[in-house]
Amino acid sequence: MGILHLTRAVYEAIRDHGEETYPHECCGALLGRAADDGWQVEAAVRAGNTRTDSAHNRYNISPLELVKIEREARRQGLGIAGFYHSHPDHPAQWSPTDFAEAHWLGCSYVITAVSHGKATVTNSFRLEGATEEDKRFEQDTILVEDENIVLERC
Amino acid sequence: MTVFIPTPLRVYAGGKDAVEIDAPTIAAVLQSLTEAHPDLRKHLFTAEGKLRAFVNLYLNDEDVRYLPAKEETAVTAADTLSIIPSIAGGN
Repeated sequence: MGILHLTRAVYEAIRDHGEETYPHECCGALLGRAADDGWQVEAAVRAGNTRTDSAHNRYNISPLELVKIEREARRQGLGIAGFYHSHPDHPAQWSPTDFAEAHWLGCSYVITAVSHGKATVTNSFRLEGATEEDKRFEQDTILVEDENIVLERC
Repeated sequence: MTVFIPTPLRVYAGGKDAVEIDAPTIAAVLQSLTEAHPDLRKHLFTAEGKLRAFVNLYLNDEDVRYLPAKEETAVTAADTLSIIPSIAGGN
């Protein structure tokens, strides 16, 4: 199991975004650096959900927006550690759709359940495997940290 | 031209986030890229040699699939090619 290190600010930002877009799914990218045990996330970047046809249960980030997010990450000396999205009135567990559409091997996919407009559980799943054909999700441990102090283990 | 490598594929490109490739077209650039970094090939192409459906290519800020010549589009040294796997999902 890998570790996803989040600052309190990033953790709250992810969850706040899900509450703001409820009853639709929110989405965004996580920028960070590889750590010995997983990812150290430095920032959460909101993205637009292009699935306006079915935003209550689908999300898609425009590739062009990802080009620009990657460009900004490079400028900051960071990489894309993963992505986040919300599940309105649905568990914080990856779905068959989440799995089918996951292609960033080694990155973490963070999901927040938003129940009746309130963020509840936030989980993270690392996309492991050597290729698209043997990919699998494995649950991360999320460590919420503030100035090297572990505030919360999720 | 400069080819920007997405985070998950950098390990297959010597850890680099960008690679300089001198070739005349996008297709030729990808050929040279995967010759220089063979481990990238299976992540970008199917066993049949087609670009994987979830791999998006952007020439500067233009989606290659919508360019008239697509991957046969000629490129210059000043151009950039971004490789971006899709990101989508839902409950």
